[in-house]
Amino acid sequence: MDAITFAVQLLNGVQYGLVLFLVASGLTLVFGILGVINLAHGAFYMLGAYLAWFIASITGSFALALVGALAISFLLGIALEEVFVKRMIGRDHLAQVLLSFGLILVIDEVRQILFGKDVHSVAAPEWLQGSFKLTEVLSYPIYRVALCVACLILAGVIFYVIQKTRLGMIIRAGAENRDMTRALGIPFDVVNRYVFAGGIALAALGGILVAPVSTVFPGMGDGMLILSFVVVVLGGIGSVAGAAIGALLIGLTDTFGKVFFPQVSSILIYVLMAGVLLWRPNGLLGKS
Amino acid sequence: MNALFQKSSKPILALLIVAMVLPIIAPTYYVQFASKAMLMAIVAVSLNLAVGYGGLVSLCHAAFFGLGGYMLGFTSSDSAGASIWLSLPVALFVVAAVAALIGALSLRTRGIYFIMVTLAFGEMLFYFFHDTKIGGGSDGMYIYFKPEIALGDLTLIDLEDARAFYYVALACLVGASLLIRMLVKSPFGHALAAAKGNERRALSLGFPVFWIRLAAFVISATLAGLAGYFSAAQFGFIAPQMLGWHLSATVLVMVVLGGMSSVLGPIFGAIALLGLEEVLKASFEHWKLINGLLIIALVFALPGGLQQMASLLIPKGAAPEPDLQSMPPKEAVPHV
Repeated sequence: MDAITFAVQLLNGVQYGLVLFLVASGLTLVFGILGVINLAHGAFYMLGAYLAWFIASITGSFALALVGALAISFLLGIALEEVFVKRMIGRDHLAQVLLSFGLILVIDEVRQILFGKDVHSVAAPEWLQGSFKLTEVLSYPIYRVALCVACLILAGVIFYVIQKTRLGMIIRAGAENRDMTRALGIPFDVVNRYVFAGGIALAALGGILVAPVSTVFPGMGDGMLILSFVVVVLGGIGSVAGAAIGALLIGLTDTFGKVFFPQVSSILIYVLMAGVLLWRPNGLLGKS
Repeated sequence: MNALFQKSSKPILALLIVAMVLPIIAPTYYVQFASKAMLMAIVAVSLNLAVGYGGLVSLCHAAFFGLGGYMLGFTSSDSAGASIWLSLPVALFVVAAVAALIGALSLRTRGIYFIMVTLAFGEMLFYFFHDTKIGGGSDGMYIYFKPEIALGDLTLIDLEDARAFYYVALACLVGASLLIRMLVKSPFGHALAAAKGNERRALSLGFPVFWIRLAAFVISATLAGLAGYFSAAQFGFIAPQMLGWHLSATVLVMVVLGGMSSVLGPIFGAIALLGLEEVLKASFEHWKLINGLLIIALVFALPGGLQQMASLLIPKGAAPEPDLQSMPPKEAVPHV
C-alpha cells in the first residue's frame, strides 16, 4: 500500500468515524440525560435519509432536503417525547426496550407506506460534485471532504454547547445527578424534551449527510444502531468525548479491517469491543 | 418432583391433555403451526430465566437460537439426516460454549450496558454467518433431511411426520419448562432472584453472583439453541435472519406479554403473539404497523401482560396462570 492509497483509506476511516460520532453522540446524550435506552435511534437515521431523498426528488435541492428533513425529524422527536418517552423516564429498561422496538416496527411500516422499500440515491449539491485528482488513477470526491468538514464543525458546536453554555451546564449536571438537578429548580422536563429531539435530529442528520455518498435503503438504520451502540459502549454512556474517541476507533478499525483482513472485517469491531469490556467495562471515559 | 405438581397443576394438566389430543383432531397445517409456536415458546420460557428471574435483559437470544439451527446444518449431510445422538449434543455444546464466552464478557456490565453489549454480540454472530461462506453466507443453508432418531437400523421416531415432530416439540417444551421450574425453586434460583433484587446484598451474603448469573445465562441460551435446532429441522432451512436481533426483541415481547412472574407465562405469550401475527398477516397488508402499535400499547396499558388481564377478568383463585408457588421472592418481582 503506497502513501496515497493509505491516505485515502485514512480519510475514508475518519469520515466514517465522524458520521458515526454524529449519530452516536445523539444516542449517548439521550442515555446520559434521560436515562432512556432508545433502540429506535437507527430508525431515525434511516428516516432522515428517506426524507432527504423524498424532498430532494421533489424540489431538486439538497439544501432544502437537508433543512426540511432535519426540521421534520426534530418536530417528530418533540412529539414522541411528549407522547411516549416522557412516560418512560424512570421505568425499567425492559419497558424502554419494548417501547422503542414497537416504534421501530411503526416507523419502518410508515416509511414503507409513504416511500416504499426501493433503494435510492441522492445527488450532492452541484458545487460539491466532482472530485480532487490525486494521481493518474486516484481521485477523491469533493463531497466526502465537505462531509468531513461539516461533521468536524458540528462536533465543535456540540462540544461548545456542552462545555460553554448554560444549556450545556444543565446537561452535564443532569448526566451527573438527575434528581439533584431537578431539586435545584432546573426545568428538567423542558431540557429532556429538547435533548431527546436533538438526539433524534442528530441521528437523522447523519442519515441526511451520508445519503449522497451511500445508498438510501430500508435496512440502513439497523446497521447504524448496532455501530452506535458499540461506540457508546467503547466511549462510556453519556460521554460525548468518549463517543468521539469510540467513533473514530470504529471508523478506522472497520475501514482498515476491510483493506487488510477482508475475511473477518465485520467481526473486528466486536473484538475491539470485547477488548475494551475486559479492560474497562464502563467504557474508555465512563464513570466506574 | 412432587412440588412440581402442586396447587395450580389442574389447569396445566388440562392444557397438557389438550396439547396431546390436538394433533389427532387438527389439520396438518395447524399441527405444524403449533409445533412452530411451541419451539418459540421454549425460547420465551428460557429467556424468562435470564430476564424475569435474573434481571438480565438479553438481546442476543435469537443468535443462540440461530446458532443451534446452524449446528444442525453443519452436522447434516446432503444425502442423509444427521444422527440426533451425535448432532444434538454437539449443537448444544457449541451453543453453551459460545454463550459462556459472550455471557462472561457481557456480565462485566450492568443495566443499559448489558442490553447494548448483548445486542452487539448477537449481531456479531449474525454478521459472522452473513459475511463468511461457512454457512452459505446471506443465502443460508438447506437441511435436506431431518435428524434421525434411531437405534441401529430401527427408527424410533420419524421426524418427517408432522405429528411425530409435534410430539417431540411438545416433549422439549415440557422438559424445558420443568427444568426451569426446578431451577427457579432451587437455592440457585433464589440466589439468582436475590442478586436481581439487590446485587450488593447478595454479594455481601457471599453468593458468587457473577457465576450464578453466568450459569443462568448459559442454561437459558442453550435451551434457545435446542429450540433453534428443531426449528431448523422443521423448516429444512437456516439463514442469518434467524439470528437477527428483531427476533430477540420479539421473544422479549412474548415474555412480557405472557408475564414474567411465572415459569409458564411466556408460553402463553408466545402462542398469543404468534397467533395474533398469523391473524394480522392474513387480514392486513401493513400488519407490522398494527403489531408495533400493539407492542407500544402493551408497554403502557398492560405492563403485567396477559396475566394482569386474566386477573382482571377472572375472579381470584380461578385464574389459570398466577402461580404463586413459582413466584420469585417479593423483592425480585419485576416492577414493570
